[in-house]
Amino acid sequence: MTPAHLARVAAAATPTPAADTPAAAGGIQDPAGPYALRVNGEVRQVRGAGAADSLLRVLRDELGLTGAKDACEQGRCGSCSVLLDGTLVASCLVLAADAQDAEVMTVEGLAAAGERTRVQQAFLDHGAVQCGFCTPGFVVAATALLTEAPDATEVEVREALSGNICRCTGYGRIVAAVRAVQAGDP
Amino acid sequence: MVLARPRTVDQVLEAMAATPDALLLGGGTDLMFGVNAGHPLPERVVALRRVDELAEVAATGQGHDLGAGLTWRALEVRLAQAHPALAAAARSVGSPQVRNAGTLGGNLGTASVTGSTLPVLAALDAKVVLASATGSRAVPIAEFLRGPGDVDRRPGELIVAVRVARVRGPQQFLKVGLRASVITAVVQCGLVLDLDRREVRCGLGAVGPAPVRPAAAEGFAAEAIDWHRLRAEPGVARRFGELAAESVDPPADLHAPAAYRRHAVRVLAERALTRSLAA
Amino acid sequence: MSAPTLARPRHTLGTDAPRPDGEAKVSGRFAYSSDLRVDGMLWGATVRSPYASARILAIDPGPALALPGVVAVVTAQDVGGSGRHGLSRPDQPVLAADVVRHHGEPIAAVAATSLALARRAATLVAVTYASVDPLVDPDAALAAPPLHPDGNVYRHLVVRHGAPEDPLPAGLVSVEGSYEVGMQDSAFLGPESGLATPTEHGVDLAVSTQFLHSDRDQIAAALGLDRAHVRLTLAGVGGAFGGREDLSLHLAACLLARRTGRPVGMRYDRAESFLGHVHRHPARLWYRHTATPEGDLVRVEARVLLDGGAYASTSAAVLGNAVCFAAGPYRVCSARIEGWAVRTNNPPCGAMRGFGCVQTCFGHESQMDALAAALDMDPLALRLRNALEPGDRLITGQRITGAAPVRACLTAAAALPLPPPLPADPDPLTLPGGAGLSAQAADVRRGVGLAVGFKNLMFSEGFDDYSTASVRVEIDTDGELVATVHCAAAEVGQGFVTLAGQIVRSELGIERVALRAADTAIGEAGSSSASRQTWMSGGAIASACAAVRERAGAGPHLDARHLRDGPIEETRVFRHAPTQALDDDGQGDAHVSFVFAATRVVVDVDPELGSVNVVQVATGQDVGRALNPLSVTGQIEGGIAQGLGLALFEELRTEGGVVVNASLRDYLLPTTLDVAEVVTALVEQPEPDAPFGAKGVGEIPTIPITPAIVAAIRDATGRALRRVPVRPADIALGEA
Repeated sequence: MTPAHLARVAAAATPTPAADTPAAAGGIQDPAGPYALRVNGEVRQVRGAGAADSLLRVLRDELGLTGAKDACEQGRCGSCSVLLDGTLVASCLVLAADAQDAEVMTVEGLAAAGERTRVQQAFLDHGAVQCGFCTPGFVVAATALLTEAPDATEVEVREALSGNICRCTGYGRIVAAVRAVQAGDP
Repeated sequence: MVLARPRTVDQVLEAMAATPDALLLGGGTDLMFGVNAGHPLPERVVALRRVDELAEVAATGQGHDLGAGLTWRALEVRLAQAHPALAAAARSVGSPQVRNAGTLGGNLGTASVTGSTLPVLAALDAKVVLASATGSRAVPIAEFLRGPGDVDRRPGELIVAVRVARVRGPQQFLKVGLRASVITAVVQCGLVLDLDRREVRCGLGAVGPAPVRPAAAEGFAAEAIDWHRLRAEPGVARRFGELAAESVDPPADLHAPAAYRRHAVRVLAERALTRSLAA
Repeated sequence: MSAPTLARPRHTLGTDAPRPDGEAKVSGRFAYSSDLRVDGMLWGATVRSPYASARILAIDPGPALALPGVVAVVTAQDVGGSGRHGLSRPDQPVLAADVVRHHGEPIAAVAATSLALARRAATLVAVTYASVDPLVDPDAALAAPPLHPDGNVYRHLVVRHGAPEDPLPAGLVSVEGSYEVGMQDSAFLGPESGLATPTEHGVDLAVSTQFLHSDRDQIAAALGLDRAHVRLTLAGVGGAFGGREDLSLHLAACLLARRTGRPVGMRYDRAESFLGHVHRHPARLWYRHTATPEGDLVRVEARVLLDGGAYASTSAAVLGNAVCFAAGPYRVCSARIEGWAVRTNNPPCGAMRGFGCVQTCFGHESQMDALAAALDMDPLALRLRNALEPGDRLITGQRITGAAPVRACLTAAAALPLPPPLPADPDPLTLPGGAGLSAQAADVRRGVGLAVGFKNLMFSEGFDDYSTASVRVEIDTDGELVATVHCAAAEVGQGFVTLAGQIVRSELGIERVALRAADTAIGEAGSSSASRQTWMSGGAIASACAAVRERAGAGPHLDARHLRDGPIEETRVFRHAPTQALDDDGQGDAHVSFVFAATRVVVDVDPELGSVNVVQVATGQDVGRALNPLSVTGQIEGGIAQGLGLALFEELRTEGGVVVNASLRDYLLPTTLDVAEVVTALVEQPEPDAPFGAKGVGEIPTIPITPAIVAAIRDATGRALRRVPVRPADIALGEA
């Protein structure tokens, strides 16, 4: 059984004439116009201007959300981690304009100002924060893990956090903090 | 930069026909590298994130068409039973963040020397299904992958799926690198034992410009295996490994000398066969 | 008796006091130096040499200036003042004028209206080079033509202890070995960044750094400004580990700010960061250890060669440490240690956690294992037999007067329970090779290794620094007492800000403690390095507290009565006991204090592929007194992870002096799956001269871990392994 889209393509004998209209080409971006992102439950306007900015750059430089960090901007450190439709991604590797229609959650959106989630409190209680540059990324990654796999084993916890680099702690207290949340410690 | 965000394959193909030089954006794990390093972007980008039909696993008579939009994570989760070596390769890639974003199509299109699915797809004799506004074609992977960044994809063509036949028999994926996770591969080995055809198919990765199929090793093992009982004499796996190592001319680079790569091919191939026969 | 004083504060010394900046950090609201923004600011970028060695024939900023939005380009001729900087000696140009001495050397700086534009403009500044064959072999540096007017030798140091040239009697056992340590990078996560704002006569700079006042002094001298008009404030720091002791973007940012009249921000990306700070010195070591057949160390001879790269930085002091501690924490009758730190066209090297002791610890501990094997002795027994004790003399002649729990650390580490053996069906992620699934249990061999190391605390050889702190106590608007500390000690993640509050709570009994921003408005606190801040700045804060109590006429704790006449503020300078320079034989009381640690490591190795998994690290750490046990644990685990990285995969690689792996893809840092369980025994023997009896623990965890891991791999595989990082090929195929 041929997948449906291949069947349709096979039936199209001639190419459709080039047309830069959104209707014809499935949403061509107006190069000069602003666009909207949904970040932490709010609609935020982004300049656009044809820029090829990463989601990380837009969050930090345009939206004032500097929680996500730029330790490498090569997808190799995890300090830029955010949730995109609930999935953990490196925001430095997401084209911001392509994140329209998606729900973006950054560390700032996890708890109301002045409040902390259990993960955040556990990081404080277990000495998991030193310089703190990696901390927002870890908090987001741990939050994603505990949502998806609350009963993860310690090895699974480490695997889930293996995309987040910490240079200060050696990870011991970070893993202890996550394990404490799993154990329901106060 | 003009960004197209189609929702269907037809829309993708229309956009590509209109601007054949448009860059395709899958998970961003390759493209955004360059963006962040300040490289200039092409004028047009076609983003594939919203094309849901590309993320399907479609059952076919012989096996599956794996949508090019499937992420590593999706491959790991959804192929564990049907194509275990491919699932294992997907799980070994990069970090969780990268596995959630990087796609099968991206891995194929970028054709990096260290792309982890590529040696497994070579061992599976996979076919890359390309579609354009004028039709579609299925290209054997060995012809598709010509070298690093060099693939048989014509202007206006989109990788829509990878066609993989279901194989009855044990499969393995092993790779070796320099640390425990987020491993840049030094050598990869995918092994498929086809019980029906009584064939041994081995894909060796990160040892050259494209995955290598060590024909002499495969032939030797196919002859030497007692297919009825799925056993072999002591020394067969070792010989298989040696023949596999002889078939590669690996590079030396920052991460490993050539002699080590050759040695690691011997070890990984031997272990892959041993595990398959013990299974 | 009047109304009772406040209940004793909770988070005093000895408790797991929480970080005062923790809430901001976990919520993503803490402001790092890369988060600083002001209206109207420009952004700066640096033009860097792609060559390791070259003559500069011409610099044409024209193409960059032609780009709309580019405001200024500066070169060496725009630099007033001395035009040079350097932590120990100012041998490094602010901007290179006619000679380039290392890959990435700054040539020019650009200011533009956005960072992307500034970086792009930097690529357009047309520099014409004539490349020169670089000097990249440190062994060749001594004989080579000088790369710099100051010559190619940063330091040559000899330590002669006992009579090391006397012939040795017969019947002794000797082992010789040569070892090598690769170039490690500090790879702190927060990129170099800061914001410079011009003022009428000078500049204000908010920046990530380890030493505000040294930065200020170097900037003032280099740019020809009055020190009083160069004002630095510490911005949030994302780690340091020695890599922020030297200047980085400070000079370019200040220069551009003064030139344009506008605030200028700068931020390095990761690739530039690798080029923009100093690295750990690569080392070549030769040793000969001689002992009696019973295992008493008779003589240690060593040659140490440190490749300091293109500029001096702190190479002289790093060599001093490497040589002083080269024989290890052992009694030895005689020793001759000769060391050189040399200039090459390789990347500049300087401070990194452990500061010279890391390199020679790998040497002396590898040697002790080789000696134990030659003597057919247990490696632990050999070390215990020769371990230093209080009252012993080092090879530099100094008598140890403080705590020296070498045996206690060794015994404690060895006594910690070993991990269980590998289960029959282990999780593949726990095997060597991890996510690559390359090994199964049958492919794995387990090994155990042990090492002990030591280091000085604070600076040495007559470099007698000090720290300054002020403490102000007043009654807050709600009637509660509040103490405000002002100290220029740089918080780089190590938890000094936490300790400051604990000290005040203990010394004054005041719960509420505020910390002013660290800046140059107060006197110096010295560098956040050399494991010194607890002792020095902690001591300064304690002194200021004592002065406050005295002025208030208070007993141990203050209450509202003492502030009847208004707020009380006292500033104190704290000094350590003076140290001496080393004489021509390397003898002298050069150090203030010493810190020790012993580490036992269990590894699983796949010998056929050379993959390693560290299973457990057990360590006995000399801490004097754990002022914040949770913080101490964090320093130990973090330091161990960095030493693990050096043992197994961290190396900045160069070809012809050009860095070829300036990215986190190719410079590998340990992940959560690479590190092991760490079990710790804290050895608390209070240090007599230290404030609170506490020793700084920032560096010592990084020192014995590397040789212990290598020893464990040797145990599992029988390979000699003379070099770190150990590569899989070294295990699988033997070293070339």
